[in-house]
Amino acid sequence: MREMKFYGTALPSIEIEPYSGKLIVIEGTDGVGRSTHVALLRTWLESAGHAVLDTGMTRSILAGRGIKDARAGHTLGRLTMQLYYATDFADRLENQMLSALRAGFIVLTDRYIYSAIARAVVRGADPEWVRAIYGIALVPDAVFYLRMRSAEELAGRVLASGRGFDYWESGMDLGLENDYYDSFITYQKLLLKEFDRMSGEYGFQVIDASRPVRRVATELRKSISRMIDDESVITAPTDREIVKTEMREKARTAIGTTSKDGAKTEAPEQLKSA
Amino acid sequence: MISYGHHRYPGRLFVVEGTDGSGKSTQLSLLYQWLKSEGYSVFFSEWNSSSLVKDTTKRAKKRRLFTPTTFSLLHATDFADRTERDIIPPLKAGAIVLADRYIYTAFARDVARGCDRAWVREIYKFAVKPTAAFFFRAPLDVAIDRIASARPQLKFYEAGMDMDWADDEEESFKIFQGKILDEYDHMVNEFGLTVVDGTQPIRTQQRQMREIVSRYLREKLKEKAVLAK
Repeated sequence: MREMKFYGTALPSIEIEPYSGKLIVIEGTDGVGRSTHVALLRTWLESAGHAVLDTGMTRSILAGRGIKDARAGHTLGRLTMQLYYATDFADRLENQMLSALRAGFIVLTDRYIYSAIARAVVRGADPEWVRAIYGIALVPDAVFYLRMRSAEELAGRVLASGRGFDYWESGMDLGLENDYYDSFITYQKLLLKEFDRMSGEYGFQVIDASRPVRRVATELRKSISRMIDDESVITAPTDREIVKTEMREKARTAIGTTSKDGAKTEAPEQLKSA
Repeated sequence: MISYGHHRYPGRLFVVEGTDGSGKSTQLSLLYQWLKSEGYSVFFSEWNSSSLVKDTTKRAKKRRLFTPTTFSLLHATDFADRTERDIIPPLKAGAIVLADRYIYTAFARDVARGCDRAWVREIYKFAVKPTAAFFFRAPLDVAIDRIASARPQLKFYEAGMDMDWADDEEESFKIFQGKILDEYDHMVNEFGLTVVDGTQPIRTQQRQMREIVSRYLREKLKEKAVLAK
């Protein structure tokens, strides 16, 4: 059991009480393989008998669809975007994460407040302002920062995934460069710098994500099994498991799945922005 | 990010605030007519009017998805869109912007719902400081009578039914409006709101408003409008 600790002002509508679950954050810039690792961890934890909830940005019932529609139109102002994301975050925190943690779930989240802070700061928002908004966030039990050595390497990963460059992931709204590739590189460099800056402030456990997926996955499994006092021997995921997971993740983001809420999730972004 | 009090634009921003039924919207539309007839270029901006956020708010209200925190944040999102789209550009162009409800509405409502005072104020730090903000103060029973005669059915969030203050909608609404009025009263000094007695005749209130607004208007604003045409 652990006492709930918040970065700043706690939410008004909740009771602060000890919880038995674990909040585990997988952070990193676009293309580092976060969603693959979350999916691999989920399967692994569930097969060991742990109840798992996974969540990620724009997956709230309240604001998920609205954000996606707004992104598709490319008419989202900078401040509006930051606050829309904060709304999405607060809804997931209150309605998904906190209740799951109280019930003893392991909550895996694909990104947390750090990506939101990095994106906002790179777009010229006042760092104090963004941090104050996200003061409502619960301090996680662990933050694993999947770190790539360079923006060029990230670009390679994005291309290899077959997704192509997305308008927002490339920071095209910033007008930094004239084309998607140059913009992606410049934008991701700025993000990497912000993440490195936050690493000490928030106590990230930095994982070198330039290595093959199975090695990164094994390192994550080792660290997490220590956290949850799991004594079982850690094995690396098999190649078959990795390929299957990657295919599934690709399909999920490419075709767009319909959630219970009836919201279409993630149609191919590059099509929308074309 | 430029924060509250630091924006410097050639335009003017006038806002009206007050509880439901205080008569503020009537006064603002009268002011609008007058400024238009005087030849100024005037823009109107309403609370909760961002087209980007509208569907989300509507759905959330219908399905009762809000907590005090998400209610606050989604309204801030709406306000940010208005600021970026409808408020800053005309102010930069030297026009007059009239806002029906502004950040003080959020400060009153969200704090009445239990959000932290400092947190809510921090969120809205990006807002442009109004040239003048009018607070139409009407006693609780007057405002409630006006609402009751204008609207047959109180809505769920409007009545504060999400807070479990009372089982009865009318009772809950009264409690909520009372808390909101307390917050407004606190803000009069904090933000230098101009208090207008909402029980006075409509013409008297309008005269007071025009008198104050005209102090901030210069012929220059008019010339701009003429040039734009």
